[in-house]
Amino acid sequence: MKNSTGISRRDLLAMIGKTAGAGAMYQAMTTLGFAAESGYQGTLKLDGAPKGKTILILGAGMAGLVAAYELRNAGYSVQVLEYNARAGGRSWTLRGGDTYTELGGATQHCEFDPGLYINPGPWRIPYHHHGVLDYCKRLGVALEPFVQVNYNAMLHSRSAYGGRPQRFRHVQADFHGHVAELLGKAVQSNRLDQSLTVEDAEKLLVALRQWGALDNNYRYTKSYASSNRRGFDVDPGGGTMPQIELSTPLDAHGLIDSGLWQHLAVGTEYDFQTSIFQPLGGMDMIARAFQRELGGLIRFNSKVNAIHQDERGVAVSYVDSKSGGSLQTAHADWCVCTLPLSILSQLPINVGPAMDAAIHDVPYDAAVKIGLQFKRRFWELDEQIYGGITYTDLPIERIGYPSTDFGKPGKGVLLGAYVFGANAYEFTSMAPQERVRQAVAFGTQIHPQYAKEFETGIAVGWHRVPWANGCYGMWSEDRRRAHYQNLCEIDGRIVLAGEHASYIPAWQEGAVLSALDAIQRLHAKIKTAPEPAKS
Amino acid sequence: MSHPNRAMLIQVSRIVRKQRTMLLFMLLPMAVLCRAEGAPAGDTGQTLIPTSANARQFLYQDGGQLYRAICQGCHMADGKGAQGAGAYPALAANPRLAAGLYAVNIVQNGKNGMPPVGRFLDDAQTAAVVNYVRSHFGNDYRDVLTAADVKQVAVRPRPGF
Repeated sequence: MKNSTGISRRDLLAMIGKTAGAGAMYQAMTTLGFAAESGYQGTLKLDGAPKGKTILILGAGMAGLVAAYELRNAGYSVQVLEYNARAGGRSWTLRGGDTYTELGGATQHCEFDPGLYINPGPWRIPYHHHGVLDYCKRLGVALEPFVQVNYNAMLHSRSAYGGRPQRFRHVQADFHGHVAELLGKAVQSNRLDQSLTVEDAEKLLVALRQWGALDNNYRYTKSYASSNRRGFDVDPGGGTMPQIELSTPLDAHGLIDSGLWQHLAVGTEYDFQTSIFQPLGGMDMIARAFQRELGGLIRFNSKVNAIHQDERGVAVSYVDSKSGGSLQTAHADWCVCTLPLSILSQLPINVGPAMDAAIHDVPYDAAVKIGLQFKRRFWELDEQIYGGITYTDLPIERIGYPSTDFGKPGKGVLLGAYVFGANAYEFTSMAPQERVRQAVAFGTQIHPQYAKEFETGIAVGWHRVPWANGCYGMWSEDRRRAHYQNLCEIDGRIVLAGEHASYIPAWQEGAVLSALDAIQRLHAKIKTAPEPAKS
Repeated sequence: MSHPNRAMLIQVSRIVRKQRTMLLFMLLPMAVLCRAEGAPAGDTGQTLIPTSANARQFLYQDGGQLYRAICQGCHMADGKGAQGAGAYPALAANPRLAAGLYAVNIVQNGKNGMPPVGRFLDDAQTAAVVNYVRSHFGNDYRDVLTAADVKQVAVRPRPGF
């Protein structure tokens, strides 16, 4: 059955089904659907630390840094072992002059101009990630807005509109408008299944008109109202400039068929809502601030070899990953281990069978980011795209435009690919220069300027990162039921922390909250633990 | 009249099938294009061009192509694995591969940090890539697994997407 707009009930059902499916897919794909309001309780107060107790922290990522900072402040004697020559772990920024060698031996030299960078790991901080935000405040890390939703960025599908990218504002205004018109018709003809009072129906019609920019007849048409959402063909000007020209909405059928609506809801999800932030100058500004506070407590280039505990303490053997050399051993009374489970599962560690099973049963997801430098910021100059994200069904999946230095003359770096799922495995499997080449080739389909303006790129596939072996701990419901509690328990003298020991996987807030929770429990245990017998 | 949710699901699955078919057609010219650009001379041929996965499903059927699209990201082109802070085990000359279903289980369910990559493969593809690994890199197991064999291995609930 077709109604006057040419949209059948079946189309509508399918559209809603696809929308729900896409939403669910996105949520599952990013696997961030576990997010809940942060449990952050404000500045930690750990009183009464017993004198002279030592705590060894493995890993100087966000969890390790938070643990070291708070435990040091509480009066413990703290040492951190870190594999890399820098703090931050996956909270990482690549700038010109940086060198990165991935597993397999390929080395990339980042050739970005001064001031330009990409964050291969986390790149945004939601307003409700109170822990991360509070550390930024306390450590003096300057923040700026991260543009998540850009109405002037693109939505692109190879199979829609002849492969021509569409502006987000067009797709959103027209999708909402057409849906509002359909629902309006259903309301007017009493075809909604649920009973609405006459008064409800009247209010709903007003709401639909407002929400969808409908005209007085509840139609979504070429009108001032619709152009005021989607933009004009000729914008309002001044003086004797040309009169405004209204724009023409995309046809409902084509729009539904395009699938482009699947990207509309991303910015409405809790983790991506406005306001959302980034540190000025790169995500690693947070780690640098912690590093400054911690002074010499972090021993860099230290590759952990084995972790052993007994009734008297913890012994961790490690080698200097830069100079090699002989095995060294760090001793402490207690240990906070923040190594990713993808690494920890391959090291000898004598914990109980429950924690051991947990360590060995959390798969790590694939993800790839590729940064591309161009001779000029053509996305701003030619297309008026200031920050935000273009979504595409090309294997690059996303193009992220920088949320900083708007309008600055000269070169710019954008995120030329941000990839999950099957595409991420393929990109990871390529040599780095091939990843960059592919990102440029695919991106040219969206921005033809790529061909002329591209200069240099750098690509990070997280499964090739030597100290991460994956992007983040990808819990499933059954694995969480079986292992999560066991993973978080203190096992003798060892407690684990990191995004993998949180309900906010992949986010820095997960690492921060996990560390805070772990060290509070550890501190309580230390205070009541009997003094071990001296050997 | 069928339940509306069911109708919706059928509709969605039709669309998904349609899109998959369309994707195949769309990728063909791109494959030609990218091959024409070609890998540089001297390239070992280990890199597959172009990227032909969609987000949910690998399109290759050939075991070698699947290996180069998925496994070599960690286990490397020579199957010898890699060593960093942790390690990726070698598949080359790996006696554990004697049991074909052991390998299938790892592809389907992951192991340690290894993700269950089987979620992006159908059973025939899983068999193909396992057969490839078991007959290359110094492995010489002659028994060939089929999609029916793959089905014998219980698949644990998988993470989200």
